[in-house]
Amino acid sequence: MKTLKRAYLALILLFLYVPIAVLILQSFNAGISRAKWEGFSFRWYVQLIQSPNIMQALYVTVTIAILASLISTILGTMAAIGIHAMSKKPQSMMLTLSNIPMTMPDIVTGISLMLLFIFTKMDRGYFTMLLAHITFNTPYVVLSVLPKLKEMNKHSYEAALDLGATPGYALRKVILPAVRPGIITGAMLAFTLSLDDFTISYFTTSPLVQNLSTLIYSEARKGIKPTMNALSALMFVSLLILLLLINRRTAESS
Amino acid sequence: MNNLSIPSWGFWLMGIGFGLFVAMLVHTIRRNRGMKRSFYAWPYTLWMVVFTVLPLVLIAYYAFTDKAGQFTLENFANFWDSNRGMKTQLIAQGFDPEALGMGARGTVNVGTLIYSLWMAFLCTGISLLLGYPAALIMADREFKLGATIVVLFIIPMWMNFLLRTIAWMSLLEDNGLINTLLQSLGFAKLKLMYNSQAVLLGMVYNYLPFMVFPIYNSLNRQDRRLSEAAMDLGANKWTTFWRVIFPISMPGIVSGITMVFMPSVTTFFIPRVLGGGNTEMFGDLIERTFLTADDWNVGSALSLIMMVLILFSLGLLRKVDPEGEGGSLI
Repeated sequence: MKTLKRAYLALILLFLYVPIAVLILQSFNAGISRAKWEGFSFRWYVQLIQSPNIMQALYVTVTIAILASLISTILGTMAAIGIHAMSKKPQSMMLTLSNIPMTMPDIVTGISLMLLFIFTKMDRGYFTMLLAHITFNTPYVVLSVLPKLKEMNKHSYEAALDLGATPGYALRKVILPAVRPGIITGAMLAFTLSLDDFTISYFTTSPLVQNLSTLIYSEARKGIKPTMNALSALMFVSLLILLLLINRRTAESS
Repeated sequence: MNNLSIPSWGFWLMGIGFGLFVAMLVHTIRRNRGMKRSFYAWPYTLWMVVFTVLPLVLIAYYAFTDKAGQFTLENFANFWDSNRGMKTQLIAQGFDPEALGMGARGTVNVGTLIYSLWMAFLCTGISLLLGYPAALIMADREFKLGATIVVLFIIPMWMNFLLRTIAWMSLLEDNGLINTLLQSLGFAKLKLMYNSQAVLLGMVYNYLPFMVFPIYNSLNRQDRRLSEAAMDLGANKWTTFWRVIFPISMPGIVSGITMVFMPSVTTFFIPRVLGGGNTEMFGDLIERTFLTADDWNVGSALSLIMMVLILFSLGLLRKVDPEGEGGSLI
C-alpha cells in the first residue's frame, strides 16, 4: 500500500515535470527540431544574449515584477492595517471590493482595464502594464497580511500606546514586526503572479512593449525558437537556486 | 525603447499621489496623536475604485449601448443569435435573409459557452479525482515529505505557462516525442493533438496544483484525534474516511473547485495551441470579438454574461461552504 501511494505521487509529479524536462532538453539541442536530438550545444544560449527582442522583454518582465510587487506590497500592507482597524460594516465592504478582482476572470480584468486606458486616452505600454499588474497583485497582499493582523494580540498595540508610544512608533515597533511573515508571503505571491502573467499584460500593453509572455504568444504561431527555452531554463534554474538558498537560511536560523 | 519611458501624465499622476502621501504624513506629525489607522486603507480604496470598479462600469456601459452610445439590448440578442449582425446588414441592403437561406439562428456563441462550461466541468472533475488522493497521501501523518511535495507542485509554475503548454505540443505532435517512442516500440502512431482531449490535458496540467493546495491544507489542519477517536469507537478505515475525514475536508474541496473551475471556463490560449478547428472556448471568443472583430459592445456583453455566470456559481458554492473558510489559500 505504501509503495502504491508513493508510486501514485511520483506519477502525478512526473506528469507535472515531463514538459519542463522537455523544454530544458530542447534548449541544449543543437538542431532546431522539437523532437529530434541532434547533439548537445550551447548555441541557443549564445543566441539568447544576442537577441535584443528577448533581452528587452526580459527587462520589461523583471522590472515590472519588481516594481509592481514593491508598490502593491506597500499599498496592500497599508490597506490591510487600515481595514483591520475599521468597524464591521466598512470592513466587509472593503473585503468585497478586494474580492472583486480575485473572482473576476483574468480576461475580463484585462479587457476592462484596456477599455479604461483607451477611454482615458492613455497610450498603452510599459506604464499601463505596470498599473494593471499593481491592480491584480494588491488584493493578494491584503489577503495575506490580514490573517496575521487577526492572529495578533489586540492589546499589545494598545499597551504600547499606554506606555507612551506614538501611534506611528507603535505601528512600526508592534504591528509591522508581527505581520512580517504575511508581508513576505504577499510580496512573493505578487512577484510570482506578475512574472507569470500573460492574459492581463496582453490586453494592457502595445505590441511595441512586450514582456516575455506576450512575446512568446506573438511567436507561438511562427514556432517558438529554442532561444526562448534557453531563457526560461535559465530563469527556472535561478529561481530554484534562490529557493534552495532561502530554505537553507531558514533551516539554519531555526 | 522609446515606449518604455513613462508619459507626462504618468508623472502628473505620481506627483498627485506623492503629494497626497506627503500631506498625510504632515497631518500625522502635526497632530501628535496621529491619524486614525483606518486612513491607511484610503490609497488602496482609491486605487480599487479607479482600476477595478470604473473599468467594470465601462464594460457594463458598452454592453448596454450601441456604437452610437444609445441604450440597447441588441448586444445580448447578438450573443443568442450570432448571425444577427449579418442579418441586420442584409435587411438594410434590401435582401431577405430567409430567402437567402440565412434565416436560421447562429448558435456559435451559445455553443461555445456550453462547450466551455462542459470542458471546465470535466477539467474540474478530473483534477478533483487526481488531486484528492494526492492531497490525502501528502497529508498522511506517516508521510514525512508532504511539505516538500507541496513545493514540488509550485515549482513548475515558475516556468512560463505559455511555454509549458507549447512543450506539450512537442510531446503530443504527430512526429512528437510520444509518437516517436511508440513507433520505436513497434506501435502505430496516435493522433494526440488538435482535439478536445488535448485541450483538456493542457487544462488539467495547468490547474491541477490549484486543486491540490486547498485540499492538502484543509486535510493538514484537521485534528488527528477525530479520526483516532472514530477508529477507537470501532469504525474501520473506510468508514472513518467517509464519515470523518472527507466531510471535514469539504471547505478545501469547495475552494479547489472554485479555483479550478473559474479560470478554466475562460481558458484562453490553450485551445489555440493544442486544440483543433472547433475547440474554441469562451475566453478566446471574447478576445476575438474585442480584438479581431473589433466589436466592443458585443464583446462587453459576452464578458458580462461570463461574470454573471461566475458569480452565480460562486453563490452556489457559498451555500455548500457558508463560512467561506475554504477561500484561504495561504
